[in-house]
Formats: sequence, C-alpha cells, structure tokens
Amino acid sequence: MRLSLVHARYQLLETVRIPIALVGSAFFPAASMLFFVVPFTGDDPVIATYATASMVTFSVMSTNIFQYGIGVAEDRAQPWDPYLRTLPAGAAPRFAGRILAGLLLTLVSLLPVVVIAAVATEARVTGPAFLAALGTVVVVAVPFTLMGLAIGYSLPSKAAIVVAQVVFFPLAFGGGLLFPPGDSPGFIEAIAPYLPTRGAVELMWAAVGDFPVDRLALVMLGVWVVLLAAIAGWAYRRDEGRRFS
Amino acid sequence: MILARAVQATRRYGDVTALDRVDLELPAGELVGLLGPNGAGKSTLLSLLVGLRRVSSGRVELFGGDPRDPAARRQIGMTPQETGLPPTLRVGEVVDFVSAHYADPVPRAELLGRFGIDDLARRQTGGLSGGQKRRLAVALAFVGRPRLVFLDEPTTGLDVTARRELWDGIRQFHADGGTVLLSSHYLEEIEALAHRVVVLGHGRVLADDTVSAIRDLVGVRRVSLVAPELPPLPGVRAVERVDGITHLLTTDADQLVRDLVHSGVSFADLEIRPSSLEDAFLAITETQPDTQPQPDAHMQSDAQAQSAAQAQPDGQVQSDAQAQSAAQAQPDGQVQSEPQPGQPQPAQPADV
Repeated sequence: MRLSLVHARYQLLETVRIPIALVGSAFFPAASMLFFVVPFTGDDPVIATYATASMVTFSVMSTNIFQYGIGVAEDRAQPWDPYLRTLPAGAAPRFAGRILAGLLLTLVSLLPVVVIAAVATEARVTGPAFLAALGTVVVVAVPFTLMGLAIGYSLPSKAAIVVAQVVFFPLAFGGGLLFPPGDSPGFIEAIAPYLPTRGAVELMWAAVGDFPVDRLALVMLGVWVVLLAAIAGWAYRRDEGRRFS
Repeated sequence: MILARAVQATRRYGDVTALDRVDLELPAGELVGLLGPNGAGKSTLLSLLVGLRRVSSGRVELFGGDPRDPAARRQIGMTPQETGLPPTLRVGEVVDFVSAHYADPVPRAELLGRFGIDDLARRQTGGLSGGQKRRLAVALAFVGRPRLVFLDEPTTGLDVTARRELWDGIRQFHADGGTVLLSSHYLEEIEALAHRVVVLGHGRVLADDTVSAIRDLVGVRRVSLVAPELPPLPGVRAVERVDGITHLLTTDADQLVRDLVHSGVSFADLEIRPSSLEDAFLAITETQPDTQPQPDAHMQSDAQAQSAAQAQPDGQVQSDAQAQSAAQAQPDGQVQSEPQPGQPQPAQPADV
C-alpha cells in the first residue's frame, strides 16, 4: 500500500512536470462546455445540469482513454519499466499507483467543467447530489480506464495515440453526450444504449437529477466492463509474456 | 554460499535459442566478468537471473529462491539502461523512488557522493550528460545495500577518469564482501576487475575460469627484445619486427629465453608478456563450430595440456574448482596462476 502511494506520487510528479499534458486532458471538456453547453442551455437549470453531467462524463472518458492508452503504451517502450521489475516489488504497486494517479488526474480535469457550470450556467446541484455525482465519476471511470489500458497494453504508442483519438469522439457523439437527455437524433437514440458512454452518462444524469435510467443501457455498460476487462487483461498478460516471460 | 545459480538454463525466443543449457554459479564474494560478443546471450542470462524473464527449460535461483519472486530480489542491485531514466524526474527523486523499495536504503546524499554526482541531485535526469546518467544508473544498483549486483556494461560511455573512479567503487564494494556479475565489452575492464571470467558464445558457456587461466588457454607468450639477426630458435611460432623491436610468440617462454642465452646472441630490453584476454577471447569465440556441446567433454584445467586443442571444438572449457580456489586463496585481488617451469603448456596455436 505504501509503495502504491509512492508509485502514484512519482507518476503524478512525472505528469505535473509536463503541465501541457494536464491542460490537454482538461481542455476538451472545458472547451465543449463553453461551445456547446453555455450558449444553448439558456436559463433552464435542469437542462444546464444535465448538460454539465454529460460533459463530466465526456471528460472522464477522454481523460482516462488518453492517459492510460497513451501513457501505458509510452511506458512500455521505455527501458525504465523493466528496470522497475528488478526491484523487490511485484507489478501490483506500479499498477495500483497508476490507477490512483489516474483517478486524481481525472478529478482535476473535471474542475474546469464544474467551475464553468457553476459560473456561466444555471446548472445547480444539491450537496447530496454532488456527492452522488462524485461517486458516480469513480464508477464510470472504470470502463474507460479499462478501455485505456486495453489500448495501451495492446498497441505501440504511435498506434495508441491514433486509436485513442479515433474512438473517443464517436463514443461521445454516439452515446448522446452532446444532446440533452431524450433529445438526440433518432439514429443516436437507436445506437446509444449499446455504447458504454450511454450507460455512464445515464448514471450521471440520475445522480444529479430525476432521471430514470434505461435498463438496456445499464446492462450494456456491465457487458462493456466485462468485455473491456477481458481485453485489458488479455493484452496485459500477452505483453508480460512478450517482454518478461 | 551460492547467491545465484543457473542450472541447464535454456531460453528460446520462438525458434531462436538465445541461451542453451547454461550452468553458472555465483558464490558469495566473487567478482565475475561476463564476456561475449553481441548476441551471445549475456543480456538474456542477466534477465533470467534478475527475474525479468522465465527460463524455457532448466532453472535459475537467486538467494535460494525464484528470481521472479520479489522477496528473492531484496538483496540484489541492477543498473537500468541510462536511456530509460524518467527524463522529468530529478536525480534525487529517482534515487528516493528506488530507495522506497528497500528496507534499509543508503541515504541519498551518501549514495550520490560515493558516485561523485551529489551536486546533481536537483537536476532533471533528462538534462544530464551521458556519463552523468551512467553514473546515476550504476549508483541505483547500490541503493538497497545489495549483496549481489548485476552490472551490465557499467562504464560504457564514460571517459577514462570516470571509468577509473567507477572501477574503484566496484572494487570497494567487492572488498567489503560484495558479489558482482559484470558484463562488459571492454576486456580491459574485465581484466582490471574480475577474478573469474565466463565467456558466452552462441548462448553457451565457452569457458569459465580465472582470468589468467583463460588467458593461458591461448598458451602463447610474447617475448620482446632488441637484437640483430636471431638464429633459428625452437618453439617460436611467429616473429614480428616492429620499430626495431623483435616480438617472438612462443608457447614456452622459459625455454625460449634459455635458448636465447645459449645461442650467445646479444640482445637487450627483454620483456615477456602473457597474451591478452582479448587474444584468448577471440580464440575462444571464433573457433566455434555448430556442434552440440557434450557434457562429458568439459575439461579440467589440469588436463589442459593434453587436450586444449581438442577441447576447443567442444566449446566447453571449465575448471570451476580452480577458479574458485584461486579467487578465494588470493583475497587481495591478485589472481595469479602463472605456469610453473616444467609444467607442460597448452598447445593451442594462436592466430597471430
């Protein structure tokens, strides 16, 4: 446990030393907030709150896909990683440290979204709803963390960058994150429940408002978690086998 | 006590056999050099011993356990490749980070001081010179107060002064009872540091003996002198004249000198030198046929005279007993196994 924290600390230190990486992960959600939410939600607090929840989900997704997908792929290319494996610790502290650091960075990247929502829109949440949303962030981070790990462990870093960029926008768009609940174009309403983003955003909506979660989207989210965990686990073991067997 | 051991360790990558039934024992307190051309299997052997890779067959042991078990790695130290240091972290942070993995690490200032880089603690590793990175990388091997360190080409990229300083550090560690397995491309480095040398080629142990014994495998000595015309002398394998100095290569320097004196020819500046480890290394690694090694063809040093020439093709020359006794008998670091007069010399011709 102590070692996991040490690893998390140095992981964060490495990230913070290149601040543009932090800015990058916070930029997309904040910009989307400014361009798509602030001008269009008007003075309806419910729509503004739902839209903010969508952007939070968007942010959780993009941060995790990018930081794990690209971060892991880049680390795998470095000889530092195998060196760490000669130290008297297993792979667990490194892994746990990475997840801890990732969660913290995810929360940091949410700050601009939340600040913009509070200052520039009518979005409002109660204290308990805010806490529920915070907990939901951790829950919805799971599938996207797994997706990032699956990308990072199965692809070389150049390919990982491309794949991360290619998947994140269709997932956001197709999951209906860029539209108010129930107001997406028809084809999106049709495909959305089958994407992990939909189940995630519905959980966020339910946390901050009075939103009935679609059973199909939730089941599919569970399916995605299992599927992505299997792919990530497979890629991790295959990678271990290649480099360390 | 044997700190690390490989028993018939074999490692294949797909169809390629990188390591072929390698036997190796590292007793406590030894400083062993690992020599071999690129692709000989040095890195693979090291990676098996530190738990980075699994054997395809055979086994490896570290402190009596499996190197892949973190507990077995508590008392080892290893150098990372200097290109891998996290560029954004400061030198002090890298040391602290690695220290956190050990129960009783060397304090940061003491460690950096020992390797002459205490003034760099605040610098990011990405901004260090190649030599500075190398020193940091070697320093990291010693953070956890190891009993056994694996140094993979520790002085590559260092200038002469820095290399000597690092050698002193390694000698000091060894003098304090530490065990070292050192791979190097510099034969000079192995000759300067190691008592025992293991030569790898094509994934097999070609020789495992004291440095001087390996050198003697070639069996040739260089007798240099300044003289006018020399009479024909028995036992001379080659004659070179460079800058007025005559170099005679012989397998029996003692007899050659006796013959020289008896011949009555006038000479000056007589010098007798053993052939270098480099000569031996080239002779051992170049005469490698693709035959399978035969376990019963391992030869002992004392049988060397009779069968050096025949043993070469079998690829195995081993005298563990001698290597160990020599290393232990001379704790001051001087391993001498100069052949006694009258002892038959190996008859392996050298390429000169």
